[in-house]
Amino acid sequence: MNYGPLIFLAAFFALASSWFGFVLTPQMQVGQLQQTNTVPDGVTYPLGRPGIAKQGLDVYRANGCAACHSQQVRQTGITSEVRLTELGTNRTAVVKAIAEVKSGFSDTDLNGSLPLTVFKTDEKPRSDALAKALAGAGAKAEVWIVPLGPDLQRGWGKRRTIAEDFIFDSTVMLGSQRIGPDLANVGSRLPDANWQLRHLYAPASEVKDSPMPPYRFLFEKRRIERVRSPDALDLTGQLAPEPGYEIVPKPEARALVAYLTSLQVNESLFEAPLTLPAPAPASTNAPAAGATNAPAK
Amino acid sequence: MNAVSKPSEIDVSCRLPLLVLFISAAVWLIIGSVFGFLGSLVFHKPDIFNSFWFSYGHLAAVKSTSLLYGAGIQLGLAFTLWLFCRLGRTLLAQPILVTVGAGLWNLGVTVGVIGILAGDATGFEGFDMPGYANLIAFLGYLLIAIFAVITLHERRERPLFVSQWFLLAALFWFAWIFSTANLTLLVFPVRGVTQAIVAWWYSANLQIVWFGLIGLGAVFYFVPKLTNREVYSQNLALFTFWLLILFGGWSGIPNSAPVPSWIPALSTVGAVLTLIPVLTFALSIHGTVEGKYSSFTANPLLKFVGIGVLAFIVASLMNAFSSIVQTSQITDLTWFTPAKTQLNTYGFFIMVMFAAAYYIVPQLIGMEFPSPKLINAHFLLATAGIVLIVLPFAIGGIVQGYMLQNPANGFLSIAKTSLMFLRVSTMGDLLILLGHLAFFFNVIGLVRQFYVARATAAFAAATAEIGSAGAKA
Repeated sequence: MNYGPLIFLAAFFALASSWFGFVLTPQMQVGQLQQTNTVPDGVTYPLGRPGIAKQGLDVYRANGCAACHSQQVRQTGITSEVRLTELGTNRTAVVKAIAEVKSGFSDTDLNGSLPLTVFKTDEKPRSDALAKALAGAGAKAEVWIVPLGPDLQRGWGKRRTIAEDFIFDSTVMLGSQRIGPDLANVGSRLPDANWQLRHLYAPASEVKDSPMPPYRFLFEKRRIERVRSPDALDLTGQLAPEPGYEIVPKPEARALVAYLTSLQVNESLFEAPLTLPAPAPASTNAPAAGATNAPAK
Repeated sequence: MNAVSKPSEIDVSCRLPLLVLFISAAVWLIIGSVFGFLGSLVFHKPDIFNSFWFSYGHLAAVKSTSLLYGAGIQLGLAFTLWLFCRLGRTLLAQPILVTVGAGLWNLGVTVGVIGILAGDATGFEGFDMPGYANLIAFLGYLLIAIFAVITLHERRERPLFVSQWFLLAALFWFAWIFSTANLTLLVFPVRGVTQAIVAWWYSANLQIVWFGLIGLGAVFYFVPKLTNREVYSQNLALFTFWLLILFGGWSGIPNSAPVPSWIPALSTVGAVLTLIPVLTFALSIHGTVEGKYSSFTANPLLKFVGIGVLAFIVASLMNAFSSIVQTSQITDLTWFTPAKTQLNTYGFFIMVMFAAAYYIVPQLIGMEFPSPKLINAHFLLATAGIVLIVLPFAIGGIVQGYMLQNPANGFLSIAKTSLMFLRVSTMGDLLILLGHLAFFFNVIGLVRQFYVARATAAFAAATAEIGSAGAKA
């Protein structure tokens, strides 16, 4: 018997298995993502990029920015915190309740303005239990969920990046390297468009010793006609053009900066919450308004 | 055409298309390493070029495009064509059309590189050429691949050697992944991060499955051939084949990716399971040389293959290592990533293909390399270059990853620390460039000799006729 066709089919399916897994299935799942609502505010998210920011994405691609910059903020886990908002009347009972889960907690630790974070743990049920105990002691406490990770602590984002953040972008360039800093949330970190323009023109003038190459070709030097253009860069020292001239961003630079400043991820989502109060423990049996089941990671 | 063809006739039928493929690959290697070198200069002096055409992103994309598409795929196709003829004992089908295909492929990559410099890169790493260039290149690929398959079909030696399995699967698979990537990323772009997933999938399939299949196919041919031994176990080799095509395509999606977590999780499984075919491959080679690794140093060509085998094993280990959740926290998004792709593409695949070129080119023209010293010099330059690129990248990447873990480290100080390692790797880039020049001059020197000899002979024959005609008169 000729096994040729059979072997060919088997080899085809072996090779194509990854195609089914990583092309077809993601297209059916991730490729169909729709807008969602933020939690707890219920605002539609994401909205498309405004104005010329869309063209800016194309400038970002054309200049190969993704060779050095990633757009993916990682989260390594979450922690839960118990924040005391009202002490109530029975101070001793409150201290006792906290000391039960946090050894060495004493009365003096309660000195300080409220709300006061009294307990942190990776295990959310323990926070819930403490909040309940505190309620029993006549105090009021909230359990908060806090995303964790070096990227977040570095200030590169308020939460991790998720698939939802990109549904209106094409081309999606997540980057594979951090030769430069992550840009997923650069618009929140550095919202000043003029700063961004000056930085593109001469990175080292804004960030001392920056190894980033300058992108001067995105700007043009013009003779000042009558009045200085309002868009001209404020440059000093060696960078300043000779008198009578000004440095003005080309449309590409404007679009790129509009894109960069539009990179803002400030919305709290169901699957990727910002630091926010956790829902009431399940024992109440009633869903709290605007509650989220933050994934326990 | 019914008779089994003689090796010399086969070589003549392959000569033109294969020389075109080999020589243009050598040129692309030089272009690639020149751009790699220019790119690494940016780390020494950021404002060195200060032009749109030569921005760092463009230099990096041109380097990888020249290496992957200009050199890698052409060398792989040249080897495939030759091996199908040689093992099948048949002439190459339609050498002229295959040569046209090679020309189209080179035209496509050239257009692609100019497109990248002009700002038309796709934005997907490892798939940087714009769509219009891909179309030209793909037509060229199809021409070559179709006649390769026809050549295989017309073989006189019916039983298939394991290398033929590897190469046939690779021929088919590139057409599939390349058309998928073009359709889903450029023609009808999918939405959102699905683009990134498809791009990662494509890139892993090109670098792990395609290079893996052709590179291992070559190793399975050359090691027994050059050591005068039999393949240790045909079944073990076939087992390697099946597991590589089953698991190899699943790796490549990093844990850091903002995608549903089942995707990187499956990818981790794929990368780790790919270690099984790597292990069976290593066992197979170990058995073939009967544990005598000194045989790899006996022949200058086997040295290239030996480094290739070693690089393949180390690159696969690095790939599995960096796909595990805990370690990927350190290695993702650092210089560790290019370290492993460089080791796989260059240290493994291109090195094995150098051996193939040095083995095949002299046979095509029936001449020996004048001096094995030049080949040896190329070997030393290439090996030292790879070590000087991969080692600083890998160590620098791990250092960078650890420093990123601690938010107290300012980003600028991290960038500066990795710059140190990058500057060392510039040395590696330079050595690799010298190695490529050696390769180019080795090959071109031999080919030139051949055509000069032929021209002299033709001239002598023509003048002899004139002479005898004159005597008659």
